[in-house]
Amino acid sequence: MLESNKESLKLEAMKRIVQLISKGKNASDLFPAVVKNVASKNIELKKLVYVYLVRYAEEQQDLALLSISTFQRALKDPNQFIRASALRVLSSIRVPIIVPIMMLAIKEAASDLSPYVRKTSAHAIQKLYSLDADQKEQLIEVIEKLLKDKSTLVAGSVVMAFEEVCPDRIDLIHRNYRKLCNLLVDVEEWGQVVIINMLTRYARTQFTSPWKEDGIFDENEKAFYDSDSEEKQGQREAKPYIMDPDHRLLLRNTKPLLQSRNTAVVMAVAQLYWHLAPKHEVSIVTKSLVRLLRSHREVQYVVLQNIATMSIQRKGMFEPYMKSFYVRSTDATHIKTLKLEILTNLANEANISTILREFQTYVKSQDKAFAAATIQAIGRCATNISEVTDTCLNGLVLLLSNRDETVVAESVVVIKKLLQTQPTQHSDIIKHMAKLFDNITVPMARASILWLMGEYCERVPKIAPDVLRKMAKTFTAEEDIVKLQTVNLAAKLYLTNSKQTKLLTQYILNLGKYDQNYDIRDRTRFIRQLIVPSEKSGALNKYARRILLASKPAPVLESAFKDRDRFQLGTLSHSLNIKTTGYQELSDWPAVAPDPSVRNVEVIEPVQEWAPSLGKAKKPKSDDKFYSDDEEKDEEGSGSGSEDSSSSSSSGSSEESGSESEEESSRDLEKTSSDSEKSSSGSEASSSESESQQKEKKRAKKVTPRKSKQTAADSGSDENGNGPLGKTSSSSAESSSSEESDSSEDSDSDSPAPQKKTVGKTKPKVEVKSKKEVSLLDLDDFSPAPPSAPKSSVFSSSLLSDLEGLSLSNVSSAMQVTTSSFGPVKTYELLHHMTGKGLSAKYHFPRQPCLYQPSMVAVQVILTNSSDHSLEEIHIGDRSPASLNVHCFNTVERLEPGASVSVSMGIDFSDSTQAANFQLCTKEDQFSVSIQPAVGELVMPSTMKEPDFCSEQRKLMGMNETSATIAMATANTSKQNISKQVLSVANVGVVSSDQNNLQRFAGRTVSSGALVLVTLELRESSTALLTINTEKTVMASMLLRDLKQALYQA
Amino acid sequence: MINSLFLISHSGDIFLEKHWKSVISRSVCDYFLEAKEKAGDPENVAPVLQTPHHYLISIYRGKLFFLSVTQTEVPPLFVIEFLHRVADTFQDYFGDCSEVLIKENTVTVYELLEEMLDNGFPLATESNVLKEMIRPPTILRSVVNTLTGGSNVGGTLPTGQLSNVPWRRAGVKYTNNEAYFDVIEEIDAILDKSGTTVFAEIQGVIEACVKLTGMPDLTLSFMNPRLLDDVSFHPCVRFKRWESEHVLSFIPPDGNFRLMSYHVSSQNLVAIPVYVKQNISFLETGSCGRLDITIGPKQTMGKTVESLMVTIPMPKSVLSVNLTATQGTYTFDLTTKVVLWDVGKLNPQKLPNLRGSISIQTGAPKPEENPSINIDMKLQQLAISGLKVSRLDMYGEKYKPFKGVKYVTKAGKFQVRT
Repeated sequence: MLESNKESLKLEAMKRIVQLISKGKNASDLFPAVVKNVASKNIELKKLVYVYLVRYAEEQQDLALLSISTFQRALKDPNQFIRASALRVLSSIRVPIIVPIMMLAIKEAASDLSPYVRKTSAHAIQKLYSLDADQKEQLIEVIEKLLKDKSTLVAGSVVMAFEEVCPDRIDLIHRNYRKLCNLLVDVEEWGQVVIINMLTRYARTQFTSPWKEDGIFDENEKAFYDSDSEEKQGQREAKPYIMDPDHRLLLRNTKPLLQSRNTAVVMAVAQLYWHLAPKHEVSIVTKSLVRLLRSHREVQYVVLQNIATMSIQRKGMFEPYMKSFYVRSTDATHIKTLKLEILTNLANEANISTILREFQTYVKSQDKAFAAATIQAIGRCATNISEVTDTCLNGLVLLLSNRDETVVAESVVVIKKLLQTQPTQHSDIIKHMAKLFDNITVPMARASILWLMGEYCERVPKIAPDVLRKMAKTFTAEEDIVKLQTVNLAAKLYLTNSKQTKLLTQYILNLGKYDQNYDIRDRTRFIRQLIVPSEKSGALNKYARRILLASKPAPVLESAFKDRDRFQLGTLSHSLNIKTTGYQELSDWPAVAPDPSVRNVEVIEPVQEWAPSLGKAKKPKSDDKFYSDDEEKDEEGSGSGSEDSSSSSSSGSSEESGSESEEESSRDLEKTSSDSEKSSSGSEASSSESESQQKEKKRAKKVTPRKSKQTAADSGSDENGNGPLGKTSSSSAESSSSEESDSSEDSDSDSPAPQKKTVGKTKPKVEVKSKKEVSLLDLDDFSPAPPSAPKSSVFSSSLLSDLEGLSLSNVSSAMQVTTSSFGPVKTYELLHHMTGKGLSAKYHFPRQPCLYQPSMVAVQVILTNSSDHSLEEIHIGDRSPASLNVHCFNTVERLEPGASVSVSMGIDFSDSTQAANFQLCTKEDQFSVSIQPAVGELVMPSTMKEPDFCSEQRKLMGMNETSATIAMATANTSKQNISKQVLSVANVGVVSSDQNNLQRFAGRTVSSGALVLVTLELRESSTALLTINTEKTVMASMLLRDLKQALYQA
Repeated sequence: MINSLFLISHSGDIFLEKHWKSVISRSVCDYFLEAKEKAGDPENVAPVLQTPHHYLISIYRGKLFFLSVTQTEVPPLFVIEFLHRVADTFQDYFGDCSEVLIKENTVTVYELLEEMLDNGFPLATESNVLKEMIRPPTILRSVVNTLTGGSNVGGTLPTGQLSNVPWRRAGVKYTNNEAYFDVIEEIDAILDKSGTTVFAEIQGVIEACVKLTGMPDLTLSFMNPRLLDDVSFHPCVRFKRWESEHVLSFIPPDGNFRLMSYHVSSQNLVAIPVYVKQNISFLETGSCGRLDITIGPKQTMGKTVESLMVTIPMPKSVLSVNLTATQGTYTFDLTTKVVLWDVGKLNPQKLPNLRGSISIQTGAPKPEENPSINIDMKLQQLAISGLKVSRLDMYGEKYKPFKGVKYVTKAGKFQVRT
């Protein structure tokens, strides 16, 4: 079928082959037929062939080589998915001959534009390394390069490769340490586990111990049976310790991951805290670990093992959760045993009674193995807590009458151990056990009783010989271990009570002499020589009594998890309690911290390949001023994570890491704004009232032609009505133009002077904000928003790129096929802080399509609290006219003094410049405010071709046409400047035109969608004919006036 | 990390193997089968085993063992979590995770495993991403495919794979936009003989079914978020917002998912909805015993207790039972010795009762421990902790979604000791 021409038949055949493979049957005979299909067009077929190839290539190396060229070709494919999968399969073919090809492919893929391909190359590194370890040096180079990668996609995989290839090259991590810490939250969950484990090891070599004194860890271990946590606390206060900020960074960034749904991540963070955090901070992991106990059985098993180890050293951590470790009858046996272990570890004077009561239930369990384990646990509690020893002992004695012999046997063994620790008057217990002796059949228990008899034979002088007599009868039928103890008992009795037992001993020794087991024969011979006086062995004989009846040290009953702490928690080695292959020891804390400066990275460099056009000199400056960076700093500083960016619709964390991408996406913003920034600092002195940097920029550019312009401005100052101001500052003229239009119905309570002052004061903030808006606008512009297109897609794409941050950055660079338009941002005062009792509000039009309804104009309001107390519940109250359609912003719950928050709202102005009046309310007060839109903000850009424009224009002649001849500032005659001026006034789109003296702009009104067409025909001597065609004639005349002013002035 | 995966059926038959690195002979499973033999009950097999050259990490799901083989150090939870994810994916794709279904869909399983793991390291585990690459089999699609020669495998890289929102695919479209949230709470409790609570806690999850067009940004807020003591979230939830405002803000995955799971602080007293009066006794002489169980409502917050089910695992020496139930039916499984009493709705006027005699194998000693009683039940429209969702807001999309919240309280591990 594989030879068939039909794809479907081939596919069917391949499916059958894969089925064979999955069952473990050998299908390697078909190799030649299969390998032919490697270049198939059908993707499913191709994938199945890949599966086959990877499985059998090792066995059929020569034939496998036939397929290599296909992969090499696919490595150059424009589709990143195909490149990646080709690399995946190529690297999975374990044929040594192609090592050089693989090496080359990995190197190329490591600098691929797609992060997905880079991730695949990180995987390929490990594969190549396992195939040919000689390539190590070269591979390390690639790893080093990939470690610098900023994509969250790559981070996990490359650290995995690092762990596999060169886990000891800690020097490679230094420079990437902080980046990895910061990225951690956004890395996919599997990568998180690997990175956290690696960073744990790293931190142990780079930071000094936060546990105050080096010895404290060991001391804890020794002092553990005393269980006084106070002592530990006392030592902790010893001397001040200052944690390395990087160490702190790691702890802080991993903490949120405790809330992960992935149990492996939670465990990884828990072990990180256990091994790295100061003692008092470790306890925050408790809750999360206890939560994991709700998970699958297997997860419980591993987590319980780790808790068991932890609970030995730190009882306090889990004590409040003791009840979570209560055993249910439905748990699996190994879970039950582990829970028991933990309960035993947690036992102390205060809770022992509760625990013992609980144990009583367990002892009766149907699961006998578990019941036996419980008895052991009781024994351990009894030795650890001296107050309850007697109670435990009595309880255990009661168990001796239990019907189940495993329980009885276990009790005997435990009692034996307990008696040993307290070798005082317990003769009645021994007597009781002697009585039970006949009924007990478990060899271990019988042996234990015999040993007890022998050890304390002086206390039970009557019974011991009797027991020996019974044993002599049954000696031959006993188990080896019992026989040995019988011999022992006989010897001891012989020494203490030779009168009664001499013959019995002789008899037993004779039996032992001919036993089948050589151990017993051996022992018998030894004992005989030791105790029976003869000529040869005089010397030892004297000491026989001291040898046999020496007081024995009591056994220590301890946890099986006692020695597990030598392994890193959460590892396989810890789970199995043996050192597994590839286990990396966790090093001890260094006495002196290595130089922390190795982790310093000069600046957060944007990745070179993406932003080559950025000049070095600009970078630090722009970095500093970026909104998201600001926030990052805030957060690092206070750690409280105040989120004043709730409107930016992306969480703080993603923003933190997304700073580069934002920078990236607003690259052309930077091109335009970076020089404006420079100029702003320069021209600050001359006029600080400038409201938007946009104008500053223009002014800066026009420093030279200014004089000539001023004459023109002088001449026109009369019509302007604002002559003097216009001369000193072009921007204030701009603002006054809006004020002028405001003045008709606006409450004129705000005098211009304080307004300017506040603007000056809050300027840095505004600047930062406005830049952000600009960057958003840039992104939006890539689909130059025809009004009919769904705005949601525009929004979501910007949102996406906000969120996706790093990993999407190359995509966002593709988005920048956009006209380098700029967002003129004029900020207007909505509420002055004097009238607003400390609450001040400013608004501006971000010129984005409104998210809430297409007929609304988006308004961005920045609320600032300039009072000295926090304001609560800021929201929008009554509005007028009542029919006004407003999409309110969400209530701002709380605004701290000095803080500001930016919220967005939507207002349907119905294409009129009538102000929207509404009330801005706080918890206590209400303030009437109004938003007066400039006519230019009531339109939005519309894209159209020149012919369309003309045909539309023809439809809107006559009444719908408004035109005027205007005088223009000479500096304004260039095409670019004109469009800048027009765009600053009205939110319209440029219609590309090949006519030099004609410029066209098109837009639609937001509410009704009526076309607004603006034509500007340049005439001689700085005059121009401005024509506006629209159905909305009122708008047209207002727009005309605004444009006239703008063009005339600049 | 993970070298190979073997799927082993309940009876010990290895029916699927997949290797990501060099092939490891399936004889390695013998160690596992040995351990399984020793443990008896499949639940009792230790999840982590050691063999001379390999380490075996296994999970038991749906009567199947997922056995992974690894040669080097690896965090065992990493593997366990991954295996569960694999099982979840199978369940998601085939409706259930059973031997028959996996055998039926071997090729899809193989394709899935190929995508989920690369060189033993997880690659794509989000069900949304996988579904874009390999479409789940449906009858309709298989018919279409055979006719047209189309394939189940997507040719492009799923958008989710590249983004920071890997759980959601782009371009989702629905005609009915709806978002449903189920708040499911489970009471874990151990009651002792006299009916006093030894231990009780509430664990809750919010299961969501979100079918919304585009890229919606949802915010779910609670009336009383302080109630929640410990929480864990789906990766989509923005943790910072939760920390600062105690609201859940997220871009949801498409379809069904678990939004969060939480634990209600143990300081709060847990309302126990039912009480159990029981008397189980085995007579000292003669091979029989008596059983008498009555269940009544306790703190039900005015709701009816539904789907009440009582499970009693009897001691192994019990031969048969002869019981009469005043309500519902009971069954006795002879092999597992489990009495299952399906009560149904709890009527407070007429309390359900189960009584009768138990006969024990002749000669067997009297079991010294009485069996514990496990109770299963359901209370509709009630979250026993009192948690309430206050509102759900959507940003980023302009349509009005249909929203719904449902509350259910169930018994989790609810055990009565006797």
